[in-house]
Formats: sequence, C-alpha cells, structure tokens
Amino acid sequence: MSGTIEVAVWRGGVDGSLRPYEVPEQDSQTVLDVVTYIQRQLDPTLSYRFACRVGMCGSCAMTVNGVARWTCRTHVRKVLRRGKLELRPLANLPVIRDLVTDMTAFFEKWTRAKGAFVPAADAPKDFAAVRPDTPERRAASAGIECIGCGVCYASCDVVAWNPDYLGPAALNRAWTLVTDLRDAGNRERLAAIAGDAGCHACHSHRSCVERCPKSLDPTGSIAGLKRATARALLRGEL
Amino acid sequence: MTARAETWLWIVQRATAAVLAVAVLVHLATIVYAVRTGLSAAAVLARTQGNPWWLGFYLVFALAAALHAGVGLRTILREMTPWRGPSLDSAAACASLFLLVAGWRAAIGLFA
Repeated sequence: MSGTIEVAVWRGGVDGSLRPYEVPEQDSQTVLDVVTYIQRQLDPTLSYRFACRVGMCGSCAMTVNGVARWTCRTHVRKVLRRGKLELRPLANLPVIRDLVTDMTAFFEKWTRAKGAFVPAADAPKDFAAVRPDTPERRAASAGIECIGCGVCYASCDVVAWNPDYLGPAALNRAWTLVTDLRDAGNRERLAAIAGDAGCHACHSHRSCVERCPKSLDPTGSIAGLKRATARALLRGEL
Repeated sequence: MTARAETWLWIVQRATAAVLAVAVLVHLATIVYAVRTGLSAAAVLARTQGNPWWLGFYLVFALAAALHAGVGLRTILREMTPWRGPSLDSAAACASLFLLVAGWRAAIGLFA
C-alpha cells in the first residue's frame, strides 16, 4: 500500500470547520494512527484524546465518517469512503477544541443514575459468594465491560432530543448495580432512573447496541430497568 | 413528574398498547366484514344497537386509544419541542379526556 488518504479533520470549537490533510496509507493502520500522524508530522496544534491505544481506556472515541467509533481499534481500511476520512468530535457533547469533547455531563449522569455501589449496612466481612449461573449475575456480567467511551451516548437519538436524558451508558451502569446481589442502594437508584429523563424515555432504537465497541446491550439493560421500576411501583417500593 | 408518575405512565402506555393490538385487529376485521355488502348506517346500527358486547368492546377500545394517545402525545411534544412541565401534562390530559368523551359518546350512540 502506498497511496494517500484524504482526511478532513474538525478544527476549532463549536464554530470551527473541517480542514484537509493528506496522510500516507499504511498496512493495518488505525484511525488513531492517522490522527497521531497528523499531529506529529503535519500540524502539532491538533488536539485529540487517547491513552491506552488497545481498546481499554475509552478515551479516543470520535465521529469517523459520520459514525461514533473507538479510533484505536478501528482500521482505516474498513471505514474509508472513496479514499476519504472525515473526523469530527463525538456528537451530543460540547466541543472543547478540535476532536476533544467535554465529557463532564456524560459522567455527571452516571452520578445522577446512582452508578456507585452501595454496601449493605450488615455486609459480611468476608467475600460475598455470588453464584455465576443466577439470572442476576448473568445480567450484571453482560453489562459490566463498559469502558465509558461515550460512543453510545453520542449515537443516541433520545440524548440528541432531550439533553437531560441519562443516556445508555449511565443507565447500563445502573442496571449492573440493580442486578448486583450485594448492592443495597436500589430504592434510591430506581427512583433516580425512573424520572422525567430516565429509562422510560428510551425508544429502543438500539443505536447504542449497534455502535457499542464492546458489543454490550444497553437497550436490554434499559428494558430491564423499565421492568424493575414497574415491579417496584406495583410493590409500593418506588 | 415524579418517578412514580413516570412509571405509571409507562405501564399505562404498555398496557393500552397490548389492548389496542387486539382491538385494532378486531376493528379492521369488522370493517372488512361490514363492507362486503356495502356500508350503510342501518347495517352498522343493526349490528351494534342493543348489543352489550359491541358496547363493551368500543368502550374499552376508546378508553385504551384515549389514554395511549395522550401519553404518546406528551412524549412526542417533550422530544420535539421545548414544552415541559405541568402545562404540558395538563394539555396531554385534556387531549386524552377529549378523545375519551368523543369515543364513549360515539360508542353509546351506536348502542342506544
């Protein structure tokens, strides 16, 4: 391979614009490689975010040819459109500069959704024994591999319509705690996620499922929360 | 709205959707059946007048449609417009009430 890729990169803040670059094509090149090449070889003023480069930290997500993706694990070859790449910051989040978004609102929603573990007052001192084959443990296991990259949040239509909506990642986190047999905070958690901008606002469009780089099922988690809140309501616990 | 109220609305929306799934099928089948021999007011009334089963069916159908439309309208307006809060909730409730009164009036009119 010895061609070049035409790359258009978002530069500036909200009022910024796309700027063109030419990047040499290479074997097994990732989108993050392309961005790094631009910053190291062509334009050191380019701002972007990354850390681990191996799909663990969740910091390098961007909009690649219109689709939110983790750029460190996205091969250029698979997403090129007529030899071109268009890179923008993630949608549904305020742009700080270039490819960097302000993720404060995204993580504040994890707090609002009571995404922190609440130990029981009489928690055993020893390790809690949780059988791996129980439905609760299976449901929790299906959701806990989230890396917090924000791809689902940027892909969600409901977040785009209602900026207060908690979003797929925070609700998925809440579901992994609702299904955690050791957690004692579900009463407050279900009340927090059943409000105006909570789980019932989800339309099950499944964009989060389609785009999640970890192949998680936030829509399924949110459906679980809907059922859990309905049960709590009928039992008088909401 | 509170978590309780939102969850009630969700349950109402799902329950009415389940009722409507059946009711709409019955309704469509009745239309197909009724127009076989030409549609006339007399033929419709001959079927519904004094028939408590049709009255019950249309009362339930109209109730489900009225509730489903009100809750759905509120959701759509909250997503597509900046309208929120008690004024929207009241407007949606009024829409439901209007549909309910209109629907039940028609159902009773067919029966009486």
